[in-house]
Amino acid sequence: MQQVPVTHTLALTNIRRARMLPVRGQVHVRQHQKVGAADVIASGNPGNEHLLLDVRRVLNIRTAEQLEDALQCKAGDRVKKDDILAESGGMFRRVVRSPVNGQVIAIIAGQIFIEAQSQSIEVFAGVAGTVIDVIPERGAILETDGALVQGVWGNGKANQGMLLSPAQSPEEAVGRQTLDMSMRGAVVLAGWCEDPETFKIGAELPLRGLILGSMTADLIPAAQSVDYPVIVLDGFGAFPMNNQAYKTLVSNEKRDVCLNASPWDAFTGDRPEVVIPLPADGEPAAEVSEIKTGKIVRVVNMPFLGKIGVVVETPVAPVTLPNGLRALAAIVRLENSELVSIPLANLDVLE
Amino acid sequence: MTTSIVEAESILAIDLGSVHTRALLFDVVEGQYRFIGSGSAASTTNAPFRDIGEGFHQAVLDLQEKLGRTLVENGVLILPSREDNAGIDKLVVTYTAGPELRIVTAGLLADVSLQSVQRLATTVCGQIAESISLGDHRRPEAQIDAILRAEPNLIILGGGTEQGASRSVFKLAELLMMVCRVLPQERRPHILYAGNQALARRIQDVLSKWTIVHVAPNLRPGIDSEDLSPAQETLASLVTGFRNSQIGGMQSLTSQCSAAPLPVSHAMGRMVKFLSQSYDPTKGVLGIDIGSKGVIVAVGKAGKLSLKVSPYGMGSSANRLAETSLIDEVNRWMAVFTPPETIRDYLWQKTLYPGSIPYTAEALAIEQAMARVILRLGMSQTWSSYPDLGESFEPILASGSILSQAPTAGQALLMLLDGLQPVGVSTVILDKYNLLPALGIAAEVNSLLPVQTLESSAFLNLGTVICPISPARYGAPILRIRLEYEKGNETRMEIQQGSLTSLPLKNGQSARLHLEPLRRTLIDPAGQRGINSFKITGGLCGAVIDARGRPIPLPGDAARRRDILKKWKQTLGN
Repeated sequence: MQQVPVTHTLALTNIRRARMLPVRGQVHVRQHQKVGAADVIASGNPGNEHLLLDVRRVLNIRTAEQLEDALQCKAGDRVKKDDILAESGGMFRRVVRSPVNGQVIAIIAGQIFIEAQSQSIEVFAGVAGTVIDVIPERGAILETDGALVQGVWGNGKANQGMLLSPAQSPEEAVGRQTLDMSMRGAVVLAGWCEDPETFKIGAELPLRGLILGSMTADLIPAAQSVDYPVIVLDGFGAFPMNNQAYKTLVSNEKRDVCLNASPWDAFTGDRPEVVIPLPADGEPAAEVSEIKTGKIVRVVNMPFLGKIGVVVETPVAPVTLPNGLRALAAIVRLENSELVSIPLANLDVLE
Repeated sequence: MTTSIVEAESILAIDLGSVHTRALLFDVVEGQYRFIGSGSAASTTNAPFRDIGEGFHQAVLDLQEKLGRTLVENGVLILPSREDNAGIDKLVVTYTAGPELRIVTAGLLADVSLQSVQRLATTVCGQIAESISLGDHRRPEAQIDAILRAEPNLIILGGGTEQGASRSVFKLAELLMMVCRVLPQERRPHILYAGNQALARRIQDVLSKWTIVHVAPNLRPGIDSEDLSPAQETLASLVTGFRNSQIGGMQSLTSQCSAAPLPVSHAMGRMVKFLSQSYDPTKGVLGIDIGSKGVIVAVGKAGKLSLKVSPYGMGSSANRLAETSLIDEVNRWMAVFTPPETIRDYLWQKTLYPGSIPYTAEALAIEQAMARVILRLGMSQTWSSYPDLGESFEPILASGSILSQAPTAGQALLMLLDGLQPVGVSTVILDKYNLLPALGIAAEVNSLLPVQTLESSAFLNLGTVICPISPARYGAPILRIRLEYEKGNETRMEIQQGSLTSLPLKNGQSARLHLEPLRRTLIDPAGQRGINSFKITGGLCGAVIDARGRPIPLPGDAARRRDILKKWKQTLGN
């Protein structure tokens, strides 16, 4: 049987995560330092704002010698706003000043190319843990032990806070009626969400994070617009959170949880996740597994979307599905004891 | 020519897809090359594997098990084959797998050289993240920042005919140099220059200090002439280079290959171009492949290839259909009532799990509706890039899991008719095993193999479709037909405007079809006028007359629309 990637839903494990800048910058942590999820690990200038100043044209320069005389800066120089970059000689002196703080990248054919200092990009820890390695100018490797629940969609934000579960079961939705002042500064756990107002109210409280089993896809823009992390664990629609994740999370209610809602990148393996640091030693979890008897699996397509079950039989030959397609399918015992035949392609191993 | 003249050799073609890895074996049977069988496994390009090796190995093992022929020993592919017939003689690879390729296009005039650059860029699976040209009204620094934000892997620069503009092209090159100067070395995009060749050396000298520069022949040697082919080859080898460095195990697989791996689109295009040399030059040979990341449209006309990859796919890019207007379009093709919210959720869920398959009738209906919209988008984008292609094709070769795994051949044919909406007379062929790209790459190492495999029964004939164009109103008779069977008996029918009719012709059965157009009906606008009697052979769906009009007018009323969609489905045997 071919190995497949797993989605981690673990009560205790050892977690190592790299947090790197996409550009060179400054690392703000040192080895063995303890960090929180919202701590900045590294920051740098994204270098996405530039200016071209045409000295030749502005100063009416005609020869290379004139240009050489006029230039008051060279490539690599850091400049401040209003610094003189070039000036003409003569009785009526004219100058070219830097309109921004930044760095001269190059001077090409009489044009000064400046990289403006722009708002720096920051890489957050995303988990509370210990810095075990520092990568100079780039970031660090963090380690922690605790519970780990991986999701399928995130809004790109990170934070940490106390976990609260107003929902009494994974079937309960979160909406404008569910959120109140008692949840201010907390990370809220709920079965699903289909009310766009929820995110706005969450921002007004404010919440430190929102963990959902599912969310209707029309809410994506609203979820992306808020500053706190939103993580969807099971998928898009309005269906309950898978019980394994719900149990793992709710058993840690009132603990500090770290949310790293980075979007799922299948190629690199980055995915949204909830980490709950615990004072115990965990073992690193396997990243791959097999779909075989006894494995806990989650269904990723309708009609059993988001339900979990245990594999009781693996296929030997393709079967005909209710819609007439033929596919290799496993027999899965769902939590309500129902036995269903599900295509292997629609199963995600949880462990 | 039989293979006794040349040395018979078995060829294993590997297709590294973003969802599946397929292994296809070709060998000589009774003196002719034949497609022997296929194996498949889930691709392992993505995390946590990040190495194609496991998917490749499993696909070959699957093939070995199905054929009962030893291909692997101690976990290693037997290459070349042994005397006991174990193993294979040659290995070739095509691919769509890998992270999204981000391309910036640059040219002088937006509707001339930039358009040619865009056409070149869209021959591979990727995204055009930014475009610049002389007509760009942004300041140079804004253009630089836009390119930086696009985070390209590749910049394609064109412009200037031979002995034409050089100063303006060089200005663009200087702009690109500034982009490279501000980026750290590991993030600098490669640059492919395909403009005025008089400038090639100078541009290479300037830019190669900062990044890797590739030079291809000018895309537009003259203002009225365009030749993408030589640059396509350079682009293909460049993309293969990217994949070798991005995808674990690719380089090692490449080192065993008898030909450099090719993007699936280029390998498929090669076969379509080849086929077009032996078909009616007034019509095009159409190859279409619906994949997880995008749809490939290749049209060959008298040996000239028009190739386009549109970024609308059935899997990882399914969320691109989640815009309101496209969801409405998907919904228009649903024969069962499904709220638009359900469709939107389904599209996003499919993006998360591109390898998942529909289990219920509703899920299958959504995916088949998606396929229709994707085919339509693929064709409309192709027509927009190549306006002279026409809408009449012979034959139409289609592939993609949504088609090849359809529960019935009729469903596959209806998806193609609804999505492509061809006009005239076409033979619709299903490339169930996705052989076309494999043959395209295999042609490089064995020219006989594709020819003989095409002549075999490896491709499934879905049927001949006749799609007349008529100005008549809905329900008016537009065609009288007489189907004369080989045994001498015959069937007569009258075709009404707006109808879809399945002709009583079995798979493999031949008959002569006589058509009498009524009310200024055109049978085949691109075909020869006056030839309204020809021989047809039934395919899996027999033969079909699609007189629904172009574009197919779907009723605005949802209930009526669903009824008519159900009726059409029943016509082609559910």
